[in-house]
Amino acid sequence: MSFLEVLYFIVPTSIAYAAPLILTAIGGVFSERSGVVNIGLEGLMVMGAFIGIVFNLAYADVFGSWTPWIALLVAMLVSAIFSILHAIASVSFRADQVVSGVAINMLGIAIALFSVKMMFGKGQTDFIQKKIPRINIPILQDIPVIGPMFFKSVYGTSVLAIVVAVIAWFVIYKTPFGLRLRSVGEHPMAADTMGINVTKIRYTAVILSGGLAGIGGAIYSQTMTGDFGHATINGQGFMALAAMIFGKWHPIGAMGAALFFGFAQALAISAGSIDLIKNIPTVYFHILPYVLTILALAGFIGKANAPKANGIPYIKGSR
Amino acid sequence: MSNRVIKILVPAISIILGLLVGAVVMLFSGYDPVAGYIALWNGIFGDSYAIGETIRQISPYILAGLAVAFAFRTGLFNIGVEGQLMVGWFASAYVGAAFELPMYIHLPFALLAAALAGALWGLVPGILKATLRVHEVIVTIMMNYVALHVVNALIKTVSGGSYKTDKIQPTASLRSEFLSNLTDYSTLHFGIFVALAMVIVMWFILEKTKTGFELKSVGFNQNASHYSGMNVNKNIILSMVISGAFAGLGGAMEGLGTFGSMTNQGGFTGIGFDGIAVALLGANSPLGVIFGASLFGSLKYGANNMPNAASIPLEIVSIVIALIIFFVACGYIIRVALERLNKKKEAK
Repeated sequence: MSFLEVLYFIVPTSIAYAAPLILTAIGGVFSERSGVVNIGLEGLMVMGAFIGIVFNLAYADVFGSWTPWIALLVAMLVSAIFSILHAIASVSFRADQVVSGVAINMLGIAIALFSVKMMFGKGQTDFIQKKIPRINIPILQDIPVIGPMFFKSVYGTSVLAIVVAVIAWFVIYKTPFGLRLRSVGEHPMAADTMGINVTKIRYTAVILSGGLAGIGGAIYSQTMTGDFGHATINGQGFMALAAMIFGKWHPIGAMGAALFFGFAQALAISAGSIDLIKNIPTVYFHILPYVLTILALAGFIGKANAPKANGIPYIKGSR
Repeated sequence: MSNRVIKILVPAISIILGLLVGAVVMLFSGYDPVAGYIALWNGIFGDSYAIGETIRQISPYILAGLAVAFAFRTGLFNIGVEGQLMVGWFASAYVGAAFELPMYIHLPFALLAAALAGALWGLVPGILKATLRVHEVIVTIMMNYVALHVVNALIKTVSGGSYKTDKIQPTASLRSEFLSNLTDYSTLHFGIFVALAMVIVMWFILEKTKTGFELKSVGFNQNASHYSGMNVNKNIILSMVISGAFAGLGGAMEGLGTFGSMTNQGGFTGIGFDGIAVALLGANSPLGVIFGASLFGSLKYGANNMPNAASIPLEIVSIVIALIIFFVACGYIIRVALERLNKKKEAK
């Protein structure tokens, strides 16, 4: 493959892999900005991926080409409801948020697999017929070089992910809700003194993260795998968590990191056909996102500061 | 109610709640919960074969639980047990297959290799925590994925492109004809004794040595430990290394005992994550870990009987386990409820 051909393949694939990560990572940004650690992103994504596929299979005849999009909405709803468990545990019941997150991850995969076995009598679902379609964006696709790279046969969901990232940035930094969200995550007692309802903000943030992770999971299953089984979401949630940290708890940063992780995944699957990197074992691309995150945390790639009250339950009246 | 009673009651109530919600789930999915739990019970204790397999399943859980509990006692949260267990499994399988040595050297060597590999995987988050204050939770999670991919790549390399390592030499095996015959030819192996020995080792380190005292002290209060002249950073690293070594030995249970080799892993074994629950249920004490591991090992193995005997998907047990962890995490609210109940009783 020539260099340009490689780019024409790698760039769209990277963006396709990045889209679910972007949405889920932004969900994580909301949750952690409010001070609730959300290790449960993986489980929430699993739930979304599962619901997306099941809904798609069940209603493909009813909704036709709209099916995958409506499936995204349903997955968002179900995962948002599922995430309330994490909110109750970590906000109201003062649970250890990491333990609760681990429970959410295990619960998500267990419920999904149990249901799949019940409904299909086997370990994975059937394949869906209506995948999320690739589209050509008119006019823009005709721009030389850039057109075929970014605007030809892209998934609509990739556009959605980037739009959501921009909206999230606006919400977190330019609206009263965003200000409250950040203040609750930095200093809940001060926020409480100012009359901000810490509990309400944290519940909202966790539920938002559930909804976004649900969409992320449903996008992944409806674009990449086309069915749901035990290995459909294998670490995507943790990769999103990594993107969130790598992006320094900032929506646009998280998007950048997710795009880079998508690039790493695209490289891993296409490494064999690119002369320059043909001889590098793919394992290096597989571990790249995780190693980079460790390096980022260690401060080798700029200092990343988590919200100050992250992971600490807020108890009224205590200092 | 004394603090001690509550400490035992919280996990007990979590288990009961988990089983209850599991029953409700079965009921709503159109299955018979009574038949389900009878099948589970028979799967665990039904015959001597089942008992043998159950004990075999408990061994890695004990070690995974010890790993989490040990780190916990020193104020660290090791979510990386899964990855440490995997590299330990691989190291044991590799050393077991690649060398030809007399048994009394080979078996300890293979076990040591597993412990060292796990310790190495724990060393990284330990050093990062001690020197740069990087939170160990995220680093250990990332190290899990690094372990998964690296181990798979290593299996491919050492086996010359295959998906499976060579079978280990009999001199490195934990297999025991005696235990197997005793339990109607189950795959029960000597690993359970290794695991129990490690329980004593953990108890000894924590309760009987100066190092153990320092480790616990750092777990209680880093500043106080620092002012009293302890080297906090050294203790943090040491704790993660010992924790990782326990986890690595857990992997050796699979490599030298149950499977005798390592196959390409499509995902995580889950033993490491269940180890978190094992430690939580066991209140992070060595003795408690035996109890927690027995519960989880039994549930996990017994579940295999549920599809056949009651045609219920075995994933129901994963739901129950996840719920138990969830309820343990919510221990605060259970404690509050217990204290209220207690006050009412006293008022009467």
